[in-house]
Amino acid sequence: MKSDFTPPIGKISNINGQCISLIGNDIDTDRIIPARFLKCVNFDSLGESVFEDDRKTLKGKHPFDLEENKNASILVVNSNFGCGSSREHAPQALMRWGIKAIIGESFADIFYSNCIAIGIPCFTLPKKSIEEIQNYCNNQSLLLEIDLKNSLAKSKDLNFNLEIKESSKKMFLSGEWDATATLLEKSSLVERKYKELPYIKFI
Amino acid sequence: MSQDTLFDKVWDLHKVSSLPGGSDQIFVGLHLIHEVTSPQAFGALKDKKLKVKFPDRTVATVDHIVPTDNQSRPFKDNLAEQMIETLEKNCLEHNIRFFNIGSGNQGIVHVVAPELGLTQPGMTIACGDSHTSTHGAFGSIAFGIGTSQVRDVLATQTLAMNKLKVRQIWCDNKLSKGVYAKDLVLHIINKLGVKAGAGFAYEFAGPAIHELSMEERMTICNMSIEGGARCGYINPDEKTFSYIKNKLYAPKNEHWDRALKWWESLKSDENSIYDDVIKLDASKVEPTVTWGITPGQSISINQQIPLLDELSPNDKLVAEEAYEYMSFKPGQLIKDTPVDVCFIGSCTNGRISDLRVAAKVLNGKKVSKNVKAFAVPGSEKVATEAKQEGLDQIFKDSGFQWREPGCSMCLAMNSDKLIGNQVSASSSNRNFKGRQGSPSGRTLLMSPAMVAAAAINGKVSDVREFIN
Repeated sequence: MKSDFTPPIGKISNINGQCISLIGNDIDTDRIIPARFLKCVNFDSLGESVFEDDRKTLKGKHPFDLEENKNASILVVNSNFGCGSSREHAPQALMRWGIKAIIGESFADIFYSNCIAIGIPCFTLPKKSIEEIQNYCNNQSLLLEIDLKNSLAKSKDLNFNLEIKESSKKMFLSGEWDATATLLEKSSLVERKYKELPYIKFI
Repeated sequence: MSQDTLFDKVWDLHKVSSLPGGSDQIFVGLHLIHEVTSPQAFGALKDKKLKVKFPDRTVATVDHIVPTDNQSRPFKDNLAEQMIETLEKNCLEHNIRFFNIGSGNQGIVHVVAPELGLTQPGMTIACGDSHTSTHGAFGSIAFGIGTSQVRDVLATQTLAMNKLKVRQIWCDNKLSKGVYAKDLVLHIINKLGVKAGAGFAYEFAGPAIHELSMEERMTICNMSIEGGARCGYINPDEKTFSYIKNKLYAPKNEHWDRALKWWESLKSDENSIYDDVIKLDASKVEPTVTWGITPGQSISINQQIPLLDELSPNDKLVAEEAYEYMSFKPGQLIKDTPVDVCFIGSCTNGRISDLRVAAKVLNGKKVSKNVKAFAVPGSEKVATEAKQEGLDQIFKDSGFQWREPGCSMCLAMNSDKLIGNQVSASSSNRNFKGRQGSPSGRTLLMSPAMVAAAAINGKVSDVREFIN
């Protein structure tokens, strides 16, 4: 875990960092952060427990334990990453370990929304490109420069056109991924909706 | 794009505004909270100096961390005690209704809200828990959210969301004897895959769904998320309305008449447009058991664990991981697999009808001496009803332990856990690696009736042999 953790604030447009590859489909949030670590009233100490059980099983050989990955910040995964439980503790643990962006074949819906809500852009690439990155990472470290505005990822040897939902992209570029302020702006419309909804009056 | 489905109608009704990025601001009609995913949200409110916008639209209970053996306070587990105290304090400070232990209304949040009549057709319902999809059984649009979104709902009663597409899953005919809603939903997830639902709401429809009781419908919608769909729903009908009628928070008197009229107008139109439609024959479904590490890895009781060659290229990677983790050989039969622990409970199958079905199988029989078996009612109301019917005694006489309500070993945040590589027969919803509290524990998901049968025989069994 990085000791100098500061959560992202405001506009996010460029992410530069080393990739860390994690191979496997359907990696669920119980694996990212086992339930026993959810017994907490803040997220502060989750970084050190990310993938705890998988890491113990692999006895130091898990990508999150390898010395060469200790400064990595761009996670590269396969399909349906983050399925299962809605626990935001999962992306919070990844972020506190040092992850700033994720590139994958696909993501589970709730995990994806949680990543947006805490400022971790998630990009998708076709299976072939993901495997190309993961193979590359097997042999040498890959430093990527991500330009969110143009959805580009550049490196010495590999370049990719990343895919990201247009609404997510706009939220990161404008800083509105931290949604509370934007949602509060429409306070009077919300109050009107509250009065209009049929069932509010049923009780 | 879908049109005139219940999902479209409820979404449009709750839309507050279009946000600059292209997503919608959606009003949340009912917000449910519990002790695990809310403390950080209340902390963030405090940091931002915000109040709860509409405290009357949020309801709390405690479920994930509660012990099921001894619930006296303070809890033996200090961290669990700290979490319940934090929730108590937050609810008191923000004037939020809280159903605490001993109130008579505490239990698993997705069992409690329907049984109190809080869950109603046409609502949007959010909760910091992925199984919030359960409430869709009533024709509401219900989905799980993370803690930052819990913060947003508390502060604004709204969420920023992209509208989902709608896939109708049409189930023809009806389930045969000894086959339950759990079998049907495991079958659906197996056929469609665990990620097929990403970006979709699932509308479950057709004669087989119409035939199901409200509690069975909840089981189906509950597991939508295991198929990747964060929202699953069923159009409301007479069964829905009569389930709600006279519940504590159900509309009363003239409100009831108005509610009924509105609810009847909500269902998907006959000529509504879906983004996708899938049809299947429910009469072909057999008692189903998972063999792997995702809820999609299931087979019928008499089938063999699939060979690698029988699987699609996308499923092979996880299958190989599953054979190794579960210590199963491809081609092996799932029937007769020895089990160590049998668990009946959870938001999927911890309701009174689940306990009735299991008790019927257990009545007059004994749990195998090699098995630890325990039943955890989904709520205090379920526990009371079970006791009134004498079900607790049937469970206890058979050798099952009878516990207090909570989430228990579904996710093992309390002391109910597997040990080492024990195998559990479980009526819960997830068979992920380590899910039930041991990093090498193995979970076989099945219906409560099948868990009862496994408990008696000490191995995976076909419940139809018990009920014929």
